[in-house]
Amino acid sequence: MFFEIELEHRIGERTIALQFQSQARLTALVGPSGAGKTTVLNCIAGLVTPDSGRIAVNGVVLHDRSHRIDLSPELRRAGYVFQDGRLFPHLRVMANLAYGERLAPAGARWIESAEVTELLGIRHLLQRMPGTLSGGEARRVAIGRALLSAPRFLLLDEPFGSLDPARAEELLQLVERIRDSLDIPILLVSHDRSEVERLAGEVVTLQ
Amino acid sequence: MSGLLSAAEWGVVALSLKVSVVAVILTLPPAYFLAWLLARRRFPGRILLDALVHLPLVLPPVVTGWLLLLAFGRSGPVGAWLDSVLGVTLVFRWTGAALAAAVMALPLMVRAMRLSIEAVDRRLVDAARTLGARPWRAFLTITLPLSAPGIAAGAMLGFARSLGEFGATITFASNIAGETRTLPLAIYTGLQVPGAEAQVARLSLISVALSIAALVISELLVRRSGGSRAHVL
Repeated sequence: MFFEIELEHRIGERTIALQFQSQARLTALVGPSGAGKTTVLNCIAGLVTPDSGRIAVNGVVLHDRSHRIDLSPELRRAGYVFQDGRLFPHLRVMANLAYGERLAPAGARWIESAEVTELLGIRHLLQRMPGTLSGGEARRVAIGRALLSAPRFLLLDEPFGSLDPARAEELLQLVERIRDSLDIPILLVSHDRSEVERLAGEVVTLQ
Repeated sequence: MSGLLSAAEWGVVALSLKVSVVAVILTLPPAYFLAWLLARRRFPGRILLDALVHLPLVLPPVVTGWLLLLAFGRSGPVGAWLDSVLGVTLVFRWTGAALAAAVMALPLMVRAMRLSIEAVDRRLVDAARTLGARPWRAFLTITLPLSAPGIAAGAMLGFARSLGEFGATITFASNIAGETRTLPLAIYTGLQVPGAEAQVARLSLISVALSIAALVISELLVRRSGGSRAHVL
């Protein structure tokens, strides 16, 4: 099983409840905005502790309330591509890319930085500061940073949102390539039906 | 330049700079720690700690000086310990003047640093954690460098405040020529004796110049590293 998720989390008046198991290499998480899709990703990445539940990815238990297991974010090794990019503003693109790469356990890396910059077409951006990048460029750097941290799984939060169609298509093809050529489970949050149909092996709906 | 001031007056300026520099260096680590604590942590007693940090800002300086005397005086709990264990005496010494200046500078330094720490997006720290950084590394690589403008600005503000310290210094460290007589104390002393008007004017002018320089440098540091992000004043 790639993803085994069972969680309940209360935010204010609302309770997010989700339970699913997925065998697919790419699982899409869909639902109306405000349903708590990003919160689910945060729970899986270890940034938010759910009120109750169990989270396992690729056979590794990341969180299990009843067994008092709760790995800290740095030990979960999620390749989390945030909706807002979150590049480190004081570091050049190169240093942003290297940030997680340097921290990854030796031997865990499964992709070279040269390959990533090639794949994402960001070689010409390496010396730039994040503040000078366009939205699409920043998004690609954020994906590259996540890939280079030797993640055990990818969490993609609306990676194609707010991009022009041509850029979105490029990134879509990139995610397809990652899905087909790299052996790591991907959880994609999206509200675009055509994206989901094209990419996902399984679709999970959050109400 | 040397004709501008007498040797004794240069001595006063040098002492003032020494006292202020030491005070700022002494205060930087605890001030940053307090700023981080107040900006990032929620704990019982936080409001009390906040008030305590700000106390020197609103308390009559003479009271601060007296409290320092109680704690760090030769028979005070801390002072007696310092004297017997480390052989350090603070009262009537320039180190005492530095301590008084440090305590008075603390609230300003904490305020500047706290603002800059609060301005660091926590979500960047989250991102660092998911990339494999332990909390300490995330702090050192993200929070610390991004709040650097506040550290620099806080240091300059603290320096300017230390240069002007009077009440707590004269109460705690006294007014001893060549040892604790910093610029404000020398100016005050000059006002007590007839015929020292020119000296008072010269030292006051130096005070004004140093303070303006510190404030301008502080503002420039903030602009250079933080863009238009933060203004501490």
